[in-house]
Amino acid sequence: MSGAATRIYAFHLAVIAALFLVQFALPAYHYGNVTRIMLYAVFAIGYNILLGYTGLLSLGHALFFAAGAYGAGLAAHWWGFGPIAALAVGIGAALLVSLVTGAIVYRTTGVAFLIVTLMLAQAAFLSTLYFNTITLGDQGIVLSLPPIALFGASLRLADPMVKYNAALIAFAGALLLSLWLLRSPFGRVLVAIRENEARTRLLGYNTALYRFTALVISGTLSGLAGALYCILFGYVGSSFASLQYSTEPLLWTLLGGAGTALGPLLGAGIMFYLIEFASSTGIEGYMIIVGVALVVITLWFPEGLAGWFRRLKRVRS
Amino acid sequence: MTLLETPLLKTQGLTRQYGGVRAVNDVSFALERGEIRGVIGPNGAGKTTLVGMICGRVLPSAGTVAFDGADITRMQPWDRVARGIVYTFQITSVFKRLSGRENVALAAQRHLTRAQGHRLALPQAKLDAAVDEALAAVGLTGAAERIAGELPYGHQRLLEIAMGLALKPSLLILDEPTQGLAPGDIAPFCDLIRATAKSTTILFIEHNLKVVLELADKVTVMDRGAILAEGTPAEIEQHPAVQQAYLGD
Repeated sequence: MSGAATRIYAFHLAVIAALFLVQFALPAYHYGNVTRIMLYAVFAIGYNILLGYTGLLSLGHALFFAAGAYGAGLAAHWWGFGPIAALAVGIGAALLVSLVTGAIVYRTTGVAFLIVTLMLAQAAFLSTLYFNTITLGDQGIVLSLPPIALFGASLRLADPMVKYNAALIAFAGALLLSLWLLRSPFGRVLVAIRENEARTRLLGYNTALYRFTALVISGTLSGLAGALYCILFGYVGSSFASLQYSTEPLLWTLLGGAGTALGPLLGAGIMFYLIEFASSTGIEGYMIIVGVALVVITLWFPEGLAGWFRRLKRVRS
Repeated sequence: MTLLETPLLKTQGLTRQYGGVRAVNDVSFALERGEIRGVIGPNGAGKTTLVGMICGRVLPSAGTVAFDGADITRMQPWDRVARGIVYTFQITSVFKRLSGRENVALAAQRHLTRAQGHRLALPQAKLDAAVDEALAAVGLTGAAERIAGELPYGHQRLLEIAMGLALKPSLLILDEPTQGLAPGDIAPFCDLIRATAKSTTILFIEHNLKVVLELADKVTVMDRGAILAEGTPAEIEQHPAVQQAYLGD
């Protein structure tokens, strides 16, 4: 491994270690928040593989998040699956949905891609309402899952520490996967497609196949976030498939920095606390504060925060 | 007929129609292994469309393309690259936001992962060596770490050629390679092409007639979508139709 690669991995491992250590100091309230933020970050890391690395803007990632969440939730609710088995079903469901979606949308890029993904996700959202005998519609399914037996210990899902560390493991895995992917020959081709697809094709790459594969990885990671969210918080409902869950990963990624490994975490964290702060002001229509903040950040930091840090570093060196 | 006697590339009745216009009309021509072939002709003669059908950017309306004895008429461009057909763009089309090294690495990686049979990982040293070799061949070693879009135009053209070389082509197609090169860069460029021709066949479109006559083993003259004349540089210079249609103006 080259010196630069070692430094990059060391830095990201340090971030993971810091997230591990911070749990011993966090007040209970923030403890739960950071748990959620890490899960959102997994969702956004998946999203970023498409937007940041491949240059494809999806407006339908709620589809994958919901596929994971419903896969896990329905398996637990109707078939009585335990947490681990339900998680596996959720990931499998997200993979399957990603494969089918990829087969439909791989021919499209740009605006067409955006519209098709939006339509498919909306169709899925309406389906969760239509088949409400199975999904229980917008009321959703509340789960009470049994504890996980691991190495003789019994891990209760209601325990905040179990939630936090499960989310941390998922986040660490997703972060390292996305780092490795970006630096692999495969990831370099994704970046090439983002920069200039016609040229990439004439360098001998079947770019449609690469875009398809990127979508499957992206969708499955987003689905993992959905499945784990459902299991850790014991709930899945139609809102998981709604447009809001498609726009949020887009905002997190843009805010944190598209095409950067840590951008999704930064973006999800900042937006979470921004909304927290705005709602604590007690102003009705507090989302206007969030809106203004987002406009300011996109105007002055068009590459997102992580992108801005990276540029600062480059200018200095 | 043995494989060695078949031409490297052979087109038969190749035609491309855009609406009512036949950009390329019934073109049959062949390239021998190891030759340097120049293609000349006025703007709109169909040169770029012709090579587009050879590299797969443009699909023909009629006719066939055979490469190494195999019919590749409908083959996807990336599969043609795998067979050794490499095209460099007329308008510079490097990855402008990536460094010179990263640009060439994308080409080198394509060749190397195909050679090793999988694309999950590639030894960095192997990739670096291939990139350094291609950059050195075009004299861009010093520009490796610079952002491609910030290089002078002539260097971007050379970077394109380095990307072509890193793909280890058996047929290298260059579309107006000297366009935008400073006069002083043209002689080294001709040396580069001659050196490259030792390992690959070259088909190049060129407006600079001096370069064509100096470099090419054989010249094809196109006009209004058809081949007007074909021959050695000496023959082409003397050809009356060529003098009238192309050299005359």
